[in-house]
Amino acid sequence: MEIGGIVSYLVSLVILAGIYAVMTLGLNIQWGYTGLFNIGIAGFFCIGAYTSALITTPMPTGVYAQYVHQVFGLNLPFIFGILGAACVCGLIAFLIGVPTLRLREDYLAIATIGIAETIRVIFNNEQWLANGPRGLMGLPQPLQGWINPRDYNYLYVIIVLFILLVIYWAIERAIRSPWGRVLRAIREDERATAMSGKDIFYFKMQSLVFGSMIMGVGGALYAHYTKSISPDVFTPLYGTFIIWVMIMVGGSGNNKGAILGAFMVWGIWIGTKFMTDFLPYTLKARAPYIRFLLIGILLEIVLIRHPEGLLGEEKKVSKMID
Amino acid sequence: MAELFVYGIILGSIIALGSIGLTLIFGILRFANFAHGDLMTAGAYIALFLVTGLFNWLGIPDKNLGFLSFGWRMIFTFPVSMMAVSMLAILLDRILYRPLRRKKSGNVILAMSALGASFIIQMSVLILWGADSLFYKPGVLRPALELPLEIKIRPDQIFIILVVFFSITALHLFLKHTKMGKAMRATADHPELARITGINTDRVIQWTWGMGGAMAGLGGILYGIDVQLHPGMGWGFILPLFAATILGGIGNMYGALVGALVMGVAQQISTAYILPTYKPAVAFILMILILLVRPQGIFGGRS
Repeated sequence: MEIGGIVSYLVSLVILAGIYAVMTLGLNIQWGYTGLFNIGIAGFFCIGAYTSALITTPMPTGVYAQYVHQVFGLNLPFIFGILGAACVCGLIAFLIGVPTLRLREDYLAIATIGIAETIRVIFNNEQWLANGPRGLMGLPQPLQGWINPRDYNYLYVIIVLFILLVIYWAIERAIRSPWGRVLRAIREDERATAMSGKDIFYFKMQSLVFGSMIMGVGGALYAHYTKSISPDVFTPLYGTFIIWVMIMVGGSGNNKGAILGAFMVWGIWIGTKFMTDFLPYTLKARAPYIRFLLIGILLEIVLIRHPEGLLGEEKKVSKMID
Repeated sequence: MAELFVYGIILGSIIALGSIGLTLIFGILRFANFAHGDLMTAGAYIALFLVTGLFNWLGIPDKNLGFLSFGWRMIFTFPVSMMAVSMLAILLDRILYRPLRRKKSGNVILAMSALGASFIIQMSVLILWGADSLFYKPGVLRPALELPLEIKIRPDQIFIILVVFFSITALHLFLKHTKMGKAMRATADHPELARITGINTDRVIQWTWGMGGAMAGLGGILYGIDVQLHPGMGWGFILPLFAATILGGIGNMYGALVGALVMGVAQQISTAYILPTYKPAVAFILMILILLVRPQGIFGGRS
């Protein structure tokens, strides 16, 4: 029984770390390979989760319709939720990219903060869209009927890790292709890349859109894991900041590093929870803030001491050359 | 509508205190200081500590001054809290940003470091004061004065406009007429050229942080007096701050002032049509429009 409890706890930990690893991989395309500074990850996280929720839930009927408002409910299978989340996030990334990608790099950062805050405010205030601050509940889970609900997490962890692997494999392939080399060239020297005849704006846009689509998939995976979502989940802290710490700790420009960073930082985050359990009662209510303070300090130390992270960038650029 | 316009000017003048510092730092150090709003938060909470803690303990009288909702105790906190935020800004530069500058890290890494600093300040405030909204002085608001055009305004708000007016005039005189002020403008204009002409840019950077921090701290206190204190108050200012800075042209102090007033008025007027919680979104939409139409800002500056 004890062992079973620990195992199921570990499984839930791996699920969340895996979802964060998906987000980190998306960020790695944008930041690690192209040098795009997106600090509105929470916005794509949120949009991904809500899109998938709206696609997979049925429109509330009867008594529920009085309490739950949502703009539509398509009642489609999980896979459509994931694809829809990716598409909507890609579209929003495109709209953000148009005014900002031609300007200096910090403008994208400011604009992405703006979109993340705006999205959260919209979901909080527009009741008709997705039930306002109360959010959506009772989201369906894939292959729900196949397994005893008590053991469902064992199935979901496989789904999450499978999707993580597929995304990892796809990015690894893409980044070692000519396309990936252009992205890295842009990161290293925009002007030289432009002089080799590459359309900087076009490639940056692709990177921003693909990265954000993957973040949308992460958001969808999150929604179907927790089964209930509300706007206050997608704060700058849980939605953006911790993912940045993950990529900086793991190593930007390295997909293995991104995944390692996600699992490590999530482990540290959960580990510090056990530490703060020993705090005196009066401080306990503020324990999460102390833990986030430590994560913030961790980021600053990494930036100053080890900007390359645990695993630096792999120098291998193509499978043709050693 | 006239009333909303006046409230917009009040909000805009508070934003201006932040955006002027932000634009100077943006111009001289060339990175987006995402912790600038949180310097405002720090100023507000340090003032809270002084008013309810230290000055209370020292026994400084707290009888309300005239029609204002605060007394000498609050007046004394202004210079002390502003100094403290100055020191905090300089300290952050020493510990976090200077090592990165020395290593020639990119602007983006510096901006990320500032984002980290922003969360560190927010978390420190949350640990020390908790997540609730606080006031300098609980109790009823002073009655509002009735001006023509059905404008209701509290005496505190007139005080805020006057303080902002005098502090910005003082900053203007400092930048125009003192040696350090001229050096700061020169560095904002062209850092390399300034260094070649013998300007001690390290000292200029320190002064920029000091001035920017003091102004931001003042803005935070004034917002605390006008509305309330909240750990996320500074983060909520981040969009109007950057929108004002971009509108005015980066590095352009007068542009940042105008930009801030525009943002303040636009945000308040918008509440006549949409929910007040959309205020940051209004700043965001305006910023996107500026980026599309005139990314270098209305008064030039660097794009």
